[in-house]
Amino acid sequence: MPPGPALPRLLRAGVRPRPQLLTRTTPGPARPSGRTLGSAAAPAVSDPEGDSGLNDRILREPLKHSDFFNVKELFSVRSLFDARVHLGHKAGCRHRFMEPYIFGSRLDQDIIDLEQTAAHLQLALNFTAHVAYRQGIILFVGRNRQFSHLIENTARDCGEYAHTRYFKGGLLTNAPLLLGPMVRLPDLIIFLHTLNNVFEPHVAVRDAAKMNIPTVGVVDTNCNPTLITYPVPGNDDSPPSIQLFCRLFRTTINRAKEKRRQVEALYRLQGRAGAEGRSPASAPSPGA
Amino acid sequence: MAAPCVFCGKAVSYRLFLGARVSLAREQGLWKAAAAEVQTGTASQILRLRHTTVVSTKKNIAALRRETYTLDFIKKQIEEFNIGKRHLANMMGEDPETFTQEDIDRAIAYLFPSGLFEKRARPIMKHPEQIFPKQRAIQWGEDGRPFHFLFYTGKPSYYSLMHEAYGKILDVEKHQNQLRAQGLFSEKTKTKDLIGSRWLIKEELEEILVEKLSDQDYAHFIRLLERLLTLQRGGAEEEFVQRFRRSITIQSKKQLIEPVRYDEQGMAFSRSEGRRKSAEAEAVVYAHGSGRVSVNGTHYLRYFPVTQDREQLMFPFHFLDRLGKHDVACTVSGGGRAAQAGAIRLAVARALCTFVTEEEVEWMRQGSLGQEFRQG
Repeated sequence: MPPGPALPRLLRAGVRPRPQLLTRTTPGPARPSGRTLGSAAAPAVSDPEGDSGLNDRILREPLKHSDFFNVKELFSVRSLFDARVHLGHKAGCRHRFMEPYIFGSRLDQDIIDLEQTAAHLQLALNFTAHVAYRQGIILFVGRNRQFSHLIENTARDCGEYAHTRYFKGGLLTNAPLLLGPMVRLPDLIIFLHTLNNVFEPHVAVRDAAKMNIPTVGVVDTNCNPTLITYPVPGNDDSPPSIQLFCRLFRTTINRAKEKRRQVEALYRLQGRAGAEGRSPASAPSPGA
Repeated sequence: MAAPCVFCGKAVSYRLFLGARVSLAREQGLWKAAAAEVQTGTASQILRLRHTTVVSTKKNIAALRRETYTLDFIKKQIEEFNIGKRHLANMMGEDPETFTQEDIDRAIAYLFPSGLFEKRARPIMKHPEQIFPKQRAIQWGEDGRPFHFLFYTGKPSYYSLMHEAYGKILDVEKHQNQLRAQGLFSEKTKTKDLIGSRWLIKEELEEILVEKLSDQDYAHFIRLLERLLTLQRGGAEEEFVQRFRRSITIQSKKQLIEPVRYDEQGMAFSRSEGRRKSAEAEAVVYAHGSGRVSVNGTHYLRYFPVTQDREQLMFPFHFLDRLGKHDVACTVSGGGRAAQAGAIRLAVARALCTFVTEEEVEWMRQGSLGQEFRQG
């Protein structure tokens, strides 16, 4: 479905309905335009079909659908409301750049617009699923000590990594020295809390932007959403809200990994059968 | 990076330097495509850009200085050491099977005599584990994904320990809440397990975890364990905490008590020795008597003119309220006046243990009996 007015103009930049041979409207690879900075310069026109390796087919297939992993069904505006995701801080704590995401304010407490949250959350979960499908390293970051244990458990349950402790200065920018000579940095950083314990922006937000690592972040009304690639406006202080986000991320990542295993097994079987022309038999949406 | 460049390809190549895997064909394809897009750049500029990408792989100088020993290398060294040990045993005419490290050291000192003052500069032949410093094995697999889920914190073992301890606290609290809800909760305090043991010190913890810790980290960990102890815990948590306690070596409670002996007249006596500074004394204490003390055959008033020395002799009896009830005959040599008095006092105290109950022995242990340490 074409992204509606709920999405900010910036996020719609690369997502244009194209007059293409494909009948479905897809968010295809973004053409290098003035707005999109740092996009991969792979030109969509001359796509090398030369090496039709299985790997390429596996990687290209999910990009042809808008919601390949069907993340929409994992949540609804009602479930977000029940988890108290719409509750923000008091109006005095409000960050200037969060004003577009705020629905209004009741008794001096800011209420976050859940329609926008739902749209942003769908984009964020979709992106997370794609990164997990391509076997990227995902790092969960959050500095609120109340939920540190929960976040670490979430990361362990989906086979990814967590960092809810004191963040050493050059961890991302000086990684070869701190972590080892040929270390692989995370391919995605998910912030459950964008602020640290003294209510300042977490250092990892800026460092990830420096190292060109995409970020997904739950931004409350007192946070700065500008440096985060896929901000999700929502409450980051209530237990039900954080539990909901952890559950959503865990489900998406597990789903994406499961899908990858299925697709690999399928293509391996096909390869062994020796029939290259057979199209993939399974439907795009994975079963629950 | 070198010169700032609006060129988007640069960002991709920078990530390459950090070890992200991209197939070579695709990398070249990107570059070709990218180069084709630059319309304004001159030929020399494009060439220079190409050149910098190929050349500048950032080498981590500091890490290279820290030599990394691979597992194969260490294994080879161990094999060579074992073979060399057998050759050495054959050379020295000893049995290769029972050739210990001390034998090796002696053999090397014999075959390669060295007059160097610095012992560490002399030739050594030790097991490679003791020579090559212990290093952490590479912590990620072939695809670059680290094995430990807390790898990116920098101190995975320490933080996973904290995570585990906190998890146990939460479990215990949840269990207690359940019991309270059912009304089965009962207050119980168990503190006797802690006596006779101490917490691990920071160096021991660092050794276990193979990681550097700061003082705050260590204090935080101990606080967490103490919090776990204040809750009522079950067997599993108890085991977990005991892993981090070390028993203090207690001084042996057994004071050697001389058995009662009987001399020709049938009198019960007890003999023992004592030392103080360079004086050695041997005392014979009779079970029944009237408080007569003779030192080296002379009366103690003659031998020790100074009151202070006589008070030293009297102290054990005074402590046990047996002042006029025992006779003492002792011999002493060496040391000075006060040292001899102290030596006799210790000998008398030990001898008195025979005639005295267990509790009183404990009391005496506090002061009178543990005195042989100060050599002056």
